[in-house]
Amino acid sequence: MNKATESTLTIDGRTVAIEGEQNLLELVRKANIDLPTFCYHSELSVYGACRLCLVQVEGRGISGACSTPPEPGLKVLTTTPEIREIRKIAVELLLANHDQSCPTCSRSANCQLQSLAQRLGIKKVRFKSVHQPVPLDESSPSLVRDPNKCVLCGDCVRMCSEIQGIGAIDFSHRGHEVMVQPAFGKPLGEVECVNCGQCASVCPTGALTIKSEVDKVWELIADKAKTVIVQIAPAVRVGLGECFGLKPGEITTGRIVAALKHLGFNQVYDTSFAADLTVIEEGTEFLERKTQGGTLPMFTSCCPGWVKYTEQYFPELLPNLSTCRSPQAMFGSLVKAMLPDQMKIERKDLKVVAIMPCTAKKFEAQRPEMGVDGDPDVDYVLTTQELAHMIQSAGIMFDTLQPESFDMPFGFYTGAGVIFGNSGGVMEAVLRYAAEKATGQRLEQVDFQQVRGDSGLREATITVNGSELKLAVVHGLRNARVVAEQVRAGKSRYDLIEVMACPGGCIGGAGQPVSTTRDTRALRTKGLYHADKMLQLHKSQDNVFITECYAKFLGDIGGEKAHHLLHTTYQSRRRIADESLALMQSENEDKLKVSVCLGTNCFLKGSQEVLNGVLRHGEQSGMEGKLDVRAGFCFEKCESGPTVMIGGEHIPNCNAAKAIEEIDRRIENDEPAGTCNGHSCNHCGK
Amino acid sequence: MAALPIAVDGAEKFENVCRILSRFGRRPSGLIPILQAIQHEYKYLPEEVLTFVATSLDVPPARVFGVATFYAHFALEPKGRHVIRICDGTACHVKQSLPVLNALRAKLGTSEKNKTTLDMMFTLETVACLGACGLAPVVVIDEQVYGQVTPERALGLVEDIKAAEMLMATAGAIATEQPAGEECHE
Repeated sequence: MNKATESTLTIDGRTVAIEGEQNLLELVRKANIDLPTFCYHSELSVYGACRLCLVQVEGRGISGACSTPPEPGLKVLTTTPEIREIRKIAVELLLANHDQSCPTCSRSANCQLQSLAQRLGIKKVRFKSVHQPVPLDESSPSLVRDPNKCVLCGDCVRMCSEIQGIGAIDFSHRGHEVMVQPAFGKPLGEVECVNCGQCASVCPTGALTIKSEVDKVWELIADKAKTVIVQIAPAVRVGLGECFGLKPGEITTGRIVAALKHLGFNQVYDTSFAADLTVIEEGTEFLERKTQGGTLPMFTSCCPGWVKYTEQYFPELLPNLSTCRSPQAMFGSLVKAMLPDQMKIERKDLKVVAIMPCTAKKFEAQRPEMGVDGDPDVDYVLTTQELAHMIQSAGIMFDTLQPESFDMPFGFYTGAGVIFGNSGGVMEAVLRYAAEKATGQRLEQVDFQQVRGDSGLREATITVNGSELKLAVVHGLRNARVVAEQVRAGKSRYDLIEVMACPGGCIGGAGQPVSTTRDTRALRTKGLYHADKMLQLHKSQDNVFITECYAKFLGDIGGEKAHHLLHTTYQSRRRIADESLALMQSENEDKLKVSVCLGTNCFLKGSQEVLNGVLRHGEQSGMEGKLDVRAGFCFEKCESGPTVMIGGEHIPNCNAAKAIEEIDRRIENDEPAGTCNGHSCNHCGK
Repeated sequence: MAALPIAVDGAEKFENVCRILSRFGRRPSGLIPILQAIQHEYKYLPEEVLTFVATSLDVPPARVFGVATFYAHFALEPKGRHVIRICDGTACHVKQSLPVLNALRAKLGTSEKNKTTLDMMFTLETVACLGACGLAPVVVIDEQVYGQVTPERALGLVEDIKAAEMLMATAGAIATEQPAGEECHE
């Protein structure tokens, strides 16, 4: 009784209990009033910029509900004539400067600006536009930036820096010139963006959208000379239904298969098959590393966002990354190696389309190493949203479709492959394999509840065969950075670390239907565990078609052929393209070109001293006319830093004395720039 | 706008940048004073130097760019040898600062978008208020303040500078950079 009077307030005259809510907005929404917002996102910091969640608090005037902490006894009004007018003006002002090409906008169906204008009854925009149109940024393989549709809510900026720890985009300029863009106004495809697309999944309008490849896939299906096969990732089956009015987490596998066949794909397969293959290869790799003293901890490598992140930020940890390709890539590589012979067609006439919950998979499919002689293993990647568009555009009534089954053999999968879509799923699937392999005994209890959950950084210890395995499961790259820094500092206690860039794992991927909240994610997660439960087989090693695949085609697990087709290599990668700083320039054509890397890694290893030493030496010995000294920001040779390029030659593990010696030798022997023998060299310009 | 060659003279400036970064302990909280000191060194903020600052402070380059573009004080493009600032605050505006601006733009061939002359001799900018409203309209050339400026007087001041530059050039002392005020204030 006491408690009730102490911790309640009134909202529009109704008493509401305060139960640990962080702000008035949460309380108002709990009281079944959907206050509009652009810039509020429960998992991001409070920004308070959009001024839509305004409420009147008695005695205090009008304030933003998102940034007002609840206090007992407050009297809150959510809809007064004044507040309605302010809200209306705010939305009108946004509309005035908005590119209103709504019917052709890919977010037309779920644009918050559009729905708010409707809700607030805006019939006419009273303000004149001062907006100058700017070009679209289509440089990224995964995303399209349309600044003309940005409402400056900053959700994308906070998502990228707070959840992913990257900060590839940020506000720039001031006043009415403010815009959200990458550093120096560069295109998104040339900066440190890892293509996770989480910015697009929180964008309330069409300012950040998925780069659609739907038209290319329509063309492909219509081309009778091509055999088009399609693979569906695990997470798609619990997300696609949301686009057709079904509940999040509802398993729609059979209907997806039916829809894909209806659309005209020749064969419909499941990426979960390749996930089973990944489990076997990755589990074997892990056991080998563990028993033979390989590099530990081992990081999973299924997530393309995480892989690019490691290449950019932790190049020295690349040996820790499993060499296994992702299930998408294994699938493409395997089918393009196996099927052309069986089907008696040429490789170039076999096309693979992947349906993924992920925008970064588009980037992965374009990596040159994921293909043969320029022919990609996976030709196109469609996100869950893009598949929904295709189904809608074909007029297929998805919710009432009769389920159909996958084609064989690549449509056969175990529960281990399905749970890949959940954070912790790869870890659990690998454990189901590794525990059985390590003990040689049949594993009866297949659920590893220890690695399941919602927290962004979970750890577990599991005893297998008397020895302890220390595990970590991470989602969100900011959390991954914490773990990776421990590894870099040599302080990591783990043996195996699963990393997924997106919140909740692939089920929370940016390719999934928008408006992802924690509740939606939880339902999708449950859906995938449920899908596992309903299958007869839960361990990848029980997949008979996988066994057959090794016996008839791949050979040994982790063997030469398997390695060639199912594993890959990584490269250190610069974050921002084309940045170098000229420090000593000469008009002389024959000058000796010296570049010193000042990227993070080389910098930490002392490249700045090398650079200063070289510059001082150049000045003191009067070589100014003969030298062209530049500082670069990552030459992608981080493992052997500090990296110095002299006359096109890479000098690994360089120090000032070594560099000066080489410069003197070349100047003395009059051996300037040209030791680059023909092949393209970015550093000497030859 | 064509990319202009970075005005860099060797090791000295780069060492100064490193010194500036060290002076602020390479802490992200020191970003604004670091950028100020670097602008003092280079006369503007070259993109490559900003990338280096971002790397050194472990701050995303986009954030550094955001800060650098937020403040009117920071310039991301090289400025001319002489910077002319015309006050267009309320008092100066009322006292006819606009004709002064237009006259100078016509003479120098600059515009709102291209503020620097092609020969890199002048940069013409407007400022919101210099706090010298009693002297309105006010023009500041380099560090010198001129009050109650008319279009004719402004053009005369520009002519004076041009003449002085010519004299220096013919005297053989090629005016590359102002020699004074270059040292980094340690």
